[in-house]
Amino acid sequence: MRRERLINAALLLALLAVPLWAWAADEPFTITLATRVAILALAGVGLNIALGLGGLVSLGHAIFFGIGGYAMGILASHAQDHAPLLESPLLIEGTKSMPVIWLVAVIASALAALVIGVLSLRTSGVYFIMITLAFGQMFFFFAVSWPAYGGEDGLSIYVRNEFPGLNTLDPIQFFALCFALLAGALLLNARLARAPFGLALSAARQNEARVQSVGIDSFRLRLVAFTISGAITGLAGALFADLNRFVSPAMFSWQTSGEIMIFVILGGVGRLFGPVAGAALFILLEHFLGGLSEYWHVFLGLLLLGVVLFARGGLIGTLAGREVAHD
Amino acid sequence: MSPILLIEQILNGLQFGVMLFLMAAGLTLIFGVMGLINLAHGSLYMIGAFAAAAVAGWSGSFLLALAAALAAAAAAGVLVEILVIRRLYRRDHLDQVLATFALILIFSEGTRWLFGSFPLYLDVPEALSGPVTLPGGIRYPLYRLVIIAIGLAVAAGLFWLIARTRIGIRIRAGENDREMIAALGVDISRLYTLVFALGAALAGLAGALVGALQSVQVGMGEPVLILALVVIVIGGIGSIRGALVGALLVGLTDKLGGFLLPLLFRGFMEPAAATSAGAALASMLIYILMAGVLIFRPTGLFGAGT
Amino acid sequence: MKLKSLILAAALAATAGGALAGSHGGKVKVGMITTLSGGGAGLGIDVRDGFMLALKMAGADNVEVVIEDDQRKPDIAVQLADRMIQSEKVDVLTGIIWSNLAMAVVPAATAQGKFYLSPNAGPSALAGKGCNPLYFNVAWQNDNLHEAAGAYASQAGFGKTFILAPNYPAGKDALTGFKRFFKGDLAGEIYTKLGQTDYASEIAQIRASGADSVFFFLPGGMGISFLKQYADSGVGLPLVGPAFSFDQGILQAVGAAALGVKNTSQWSKDIDNPANRAFVEAFQAEYGRLPSLYASQGFDTANLLLSAMARADVGDTEAFRAALAAADFDSVRGDFAFASNQHPIQDIYVREVIREGDVFTNRIVGVALEDYSNAYVDQCRM
Repeated sequence: MRRERLINAALLLALLAVPLWAWAADEPFTITLATRVAILALAGVGLNIALGLGGLVSLGHAIFFGIGGYAMGILASHAQDHAPLLESPLLIEGTKSMPVIWLVAVIASALAALVIGVLSLRTSGVYFIMITLAFGQMFFFFAVSWPAYGGEDGLSIYVRNEFPGLNTLDPIQFFALCFALLAGALLLNARLARAPFGLALSAARQNEARVQSVGIDSFRLRLVAFTISGAITGLAGALFADLNRFVSPAMFSWQTSGEIMIFVILGGVGRLFGPVAGAALFILLEHFLGGLSEYWHVFLGLLLLGVVLFARGGLIGTLAGREVAHD
Repeated sequence: MSPILLIEQILNGLQFGVMLFLMAAGLTLIFGVMGLINLAHGSLYMIGAFAAAAVAGWSGSFLLALAAALAAAAAAGVLVEILVIRRLYRRDHLDQVLATFALILIFSEGTRWLFGSFPLYLDVPEALSGPVTLPGGIRYPLYRLVIIAIGLAVAAGLFWLIARTRIGIRIRAGENDREMIAALGVDISRLYTLVFALGAALAGLAGALVGALQSVQVGMGEPVLILALVVIVIGGIGSIRGALVGALLVGLTDKLGGFLLPLLFRGFMEPAAATSAGAALASMLIYILMAGVLIFRPTGLFGAGT
Repeated sequence: MKLKSLILAAALAATAGGALAGSHGGKVKVGMITTLSGGGAGLGIDVRDGFMLALKMAGADNVEVVIEDDQRKPDIAVQLADRMIQSEKVDVLTGIIWSNLAMAVVPAATAQGKFYLSPNAGPSALAGKGCNPLYFNVAWQNDNLHEAAGAYASQAGFGKTFILAPNYPAGKDALTGFKRFFKGDLAGEIYTKLGQTDYASEIAQIRASGADSVFFFLPGGMGISFLKQYADSGVGLPLVGPAFSFDQGILQAVGAAALGVKNTSQWSKDIDNPANRAFVEAFQAEYGRLPSLYASQGFDTANLLLSAMARADVGDTEAFRAALAAADFDSVRGDFAFASNQHPIQDIYVREVIREGDVFTNRIVGVALEDYSNAYVDQCRM
């Protein structure tokens, strides 16, 4: 337990120190990479609440990532073209303000997660994996063929959105925003895990019957967890779109769902900092292996296989020992 | 719309369903017996198609190509089972999803390494090419009729294998109680390897048969994999009968939906918009069907529970 | 070619500086973002090989090229563009194959003052309202080949054509482009699913529609599947399509099913001019395969760049832009000029698929559109 805390602190420090060093050394691209790690880790933290705490293996979290992305894309593109989103019955304008976009992204993805959760949580096990995958495919095909916002071509935003008091075009300031949100989500995750809600959720994962017998409605527990999880991943989607200044249906693809899951598993399922470690490792691999060989996916595959077969508990589990933080 | 066109579309739906069944049968068998969810099943399909294309190009014989596809996919299946899959039976589905996802990456890029980035050539054999005229004046490609026949024969063969043979008894026993069958002296790990090889061979067969109609290229397995997963989930995972019903349901829904929805939308929209909106809804239709089935029957139509 | 970040050692012969006389002395660093892994890798590899061949043939030692794989993912492409601009400090970007990736990268790259030379993707948004002084398309505007197909279908006297394309923006542009130049009636219009591999249902509708010809746009594996299934169905109506489904890279996979099909292209290996003859011969000698449309586009892109470098320094943005716009190079397509929105003005040919020995390839049978630019010139204000 203590060892894991040390590792967590080291990870957080590294994620903060690397971009600061890059800032001093004038290496803006390294800051961009660190921002990417922070955002993808945030998406992973979202999934980890459903997966690690609730045991809900969702292969559809790309839905929320994509909704967050499109919330940003749609609002910002309307603001960019000075065309209102809706004129009647009431006037809704687009916006370039990050806080508003974040709010919309969180609410929209939470609502989607609520509806999908109500429908999907009737199933369990493999069927839950597959029904979330099915919802993901629906959103993907819808986004591809929906012409209003670019379809397959996606939507480009020319200038990054604004945050009061900051210059978001400066890589280090945008990184600071993403890092702060990641830290906030980690804090929320830690609080949830220790609160009665999180304990009951963990208990329901381990022994459903026992939890039901003391009068706790495990369906509602899971639904709440799934909704929170979707909302956080949605926020990450909005940030990711802002990082790239671009959204496209690829954000909804099942491969995206798979990648978010890989971050969590690489780092360690249910470990608070698992997604941070996993996203950092993934980006590092992509960056360095991708430079070595066109066929780097082979090596990525072998590495993933190695982690599943021989390093259960992921990176953090291997480093910190077997005991699981949240039990 | 003429009745002939509608009948032809129903035939297309059946044929598409049968193709999906060949994929889904192996997938559901492996899940039913070993409790393993195998995302790399699409890669075995791809291996079958590539092996068939390579052997057909070298020998010119379609039968040899089919045999090569079966052999290559089964061999790859055995290899993967012994090296990787075997360690996953006792793991949870999460580990299985990740490990077999990793296998997809390895197989796909490995195949590209071997065969290059351009699609390969594989064609319908001379004797089976071209259309035949069916009663009622429908002209339908002979090769597609042959696929329907092969698919139904495989279905019948699987039912017979499971219901009537010694291996089938063991497979059913293995589904119900692994410890007991092991205690009775059946070599369970050999049985598992056998079942996995059988499933892989079926995927390879599907890849070779379909490869002659489609494009043999890296990544061809994933779209089919997703459809096959939809099929077995609708049917109830582990049930061969469910896979057959699910495959036909998905095949018919997809073909008839893609054909009828744009026509339906034309009733109240202008033609270009109706075509586009109809196609959009049609592409989501099978996923809507799957979600609908699961909402009302959380373990599929013929599923026994997880 | 083990290293993907293949850096052409510009230093080899001429770093001494003397050899640079004649050019304006400036070196140019090029960032190439293209698809080298996964399903669409064949196209990116051809663009890269064509581009590098042109540099090699010209003996260009003042161009440094950094090549990266975008995996056909928009977010990876954006990340690579950021890296090339921020860390590698490239002067010119190029290489992107797909329109959706171009839409993600080009506006941001030009906003940061970098030139972008497109060797393939030409979305209408970047040709019309979103045109930019720093963006040049060396290949085509996306609608071009479809417009040419419409023009050809009219010339050939087809009166009732059935048209189909996937349900995504490029598919809709394709059908719109075809209709822009087609004078006959439509027997039917279908949007298929993106990535669809079974076309039995569409083929049945074509058979029932009473059409006299079929126009289709189904890039990559979709086109291979459609052509094989169409040939097997015995429908037998004449087919017309853009060159994408009949290109050298995939024609061998379609086989005899494509024989005789008419397709429209701005390039063909039998265009008779010295530049093209030299290109086709050198490409075969270097890589051991016939060049494709995409290779020809990569080749022209590099030659355009070299021609501009001979006239101006890349540091002088205005002068370099004017040098690019002059298009003073020997295109393998023959006559080549830029329209005011910096997309090509060129002839678009009709080709027919033939067999030469064991190899399937194309030959030119006519010209569909002469000296044609694109439909978006008037919408572009620079």
